[in-house]
Amino acid sequence: MMKKLNLPLKCGEAEGLKAGDCVLLSGEILTARDCAHRRICDMINRGEPLPFELKNAIIYYAGPCPAKPGRASGSCGPTTSSRMDSFAPALLDLGLGGMIGKGEMSDEVRSAIVRNKAVYFAAIGGAGALYGNAIEKSELVAFPELLSEAVRRLTVKDFPVVVAYDCAGNSIY
Amino acid sequence: MRIIDTNEIAAKIYEMALRAGTRLTPSCKRALQQAENGENGAALFALHTLNENCALAERENLPVCQDTGMACVMLEIGQDVHLTGAPLTEAVNGAVRRAYADGYFRKSICDPITRENTGDNTPAAVHTDICAGERIKIAYLPKGFGSENMSAIYMLKPAQGVDGIINAIVETVKKAGSRPCPPVYVGVGIGGNFDGCAHLAKRALLREVGSANQRADIAEIERRALVEINNRGIGCQGFHGKTTAIGVSCEWAPTHIAGLPVAVNIQCHCVRCEKEIL
Repeated sequence: MMKKLNLPLKCGEAEGLKAGDCVLLSGEILTARDCAHRRICDMINRGEPLPFELKNAIIYYAGPCPAKPGRASGSCGPTTSSRMDSFAPALLDLGLGGMIGKGEMSDEVRSAIVRNKAVYFAAIGGAGALYGNAIEKSELVAFPELLSEAVRRLTVKDFPVVVAYDCAGNSIY
Repeated sequence: MRIIDTNEIAAKIYEMALRAGTRLTPSCKRALQQAENGENGAALFALHTLNENCALAERENLPVCQDTGMACVMLEIGQDVHLTGAPLTEAVNGAVRRAYADGYFRKSICDPITRENTGDNTPAAVHTDICAGERIKIAYLPKGFGSENMSAIYMLKPAQGVDGIINAIVETVKKAGSRPCPPVYVGVGIGGNFDGCAHLAKRALLREVGSANQRADIAEIERRALVEINNRGIGCQGFHGKTTAIGVSCEWAPTHIAGLPVAVNIQCHCVRCEKEIL
């Protein structure tokens, strides 16, 4: 049974998701990984405005390949989420709606997901070509000098993920 | 004596790099297809997605995984070969640079402190061995770091023996859990010294998935470790199930009377490896 969800998630929609649910996501997500998280958190600590709206956004831990001519994006599967363990709770407390990545995250992240009624989706690590194909549009949002690690706004269609941590505190792992 | 221009080696590596980025090895592909049997739920969904992804990447010539890796190039050079042209390492890096640009591969190599990207995925990790003859054997392995990060080296006591070796392998995979993109392929080095052992583990990943070491006692370690890993039930992507690893491949070398080094190099399910002989 495959659920379909449009992003951004509507109020209360995350609460209807259970760990283990297979979901096809459509809508906008933001990419950010190690270096971008460092910069975003430094900007927050300095009280600077962020180059995108964090409230209700979904961050995808990913750094794509360059797009071949005629394609919106290159291959773009998830990276290992646990490297963002130290950043995620603060972003969730500021209103981040959830994350997409791969693999377990820390107990602090799980608590922050419960506390903020957010969600953590696992994308299938290694399925980069398939995820790249599910991207209809990719716009550069911030930090172009980080190359593949820059923040991009992706418009995705039927992006296959599995609910890894739900807001009731359950985990697929 | 045979004269080979390093340009010729570079041209071969360029082709190998382009091919490797978009294809899994046939033995890896078979193992992933077989792993679908008997799985269900999220693990089956994940395996099915991976097999679909592999077919799509091959059909449309796209990088299988966005982590097109650090280029690992292992060369066995016959001592009757005389190399001419650009210095070998420079030629290899030139080939990698061109392949990553032309293949639209991700450039993932950066300064370890400033994290500034080199912009062209160089330098490659180049290893050369001198052997007999007048041929050059080239192995090309683009290695992603989700799995590389989960690798480990242990300096065991000789008394820990075979059980200690198997325990080190199984615990490394267990500790990695869902993070390195299981089902993994596990390369193991047994013996040698600290750095040599790690290199054996990397070389073990060049072997076909499903192959066994020629030494019966080493093959038995591979077999036992694989069974124990898969009994842990981590499963594809950590979603539980039967297949946490598609293989364990061990390579060995003599070691010191005081030591038993064991290196475990984790490879994700994206086994991309090309081999050629010049």
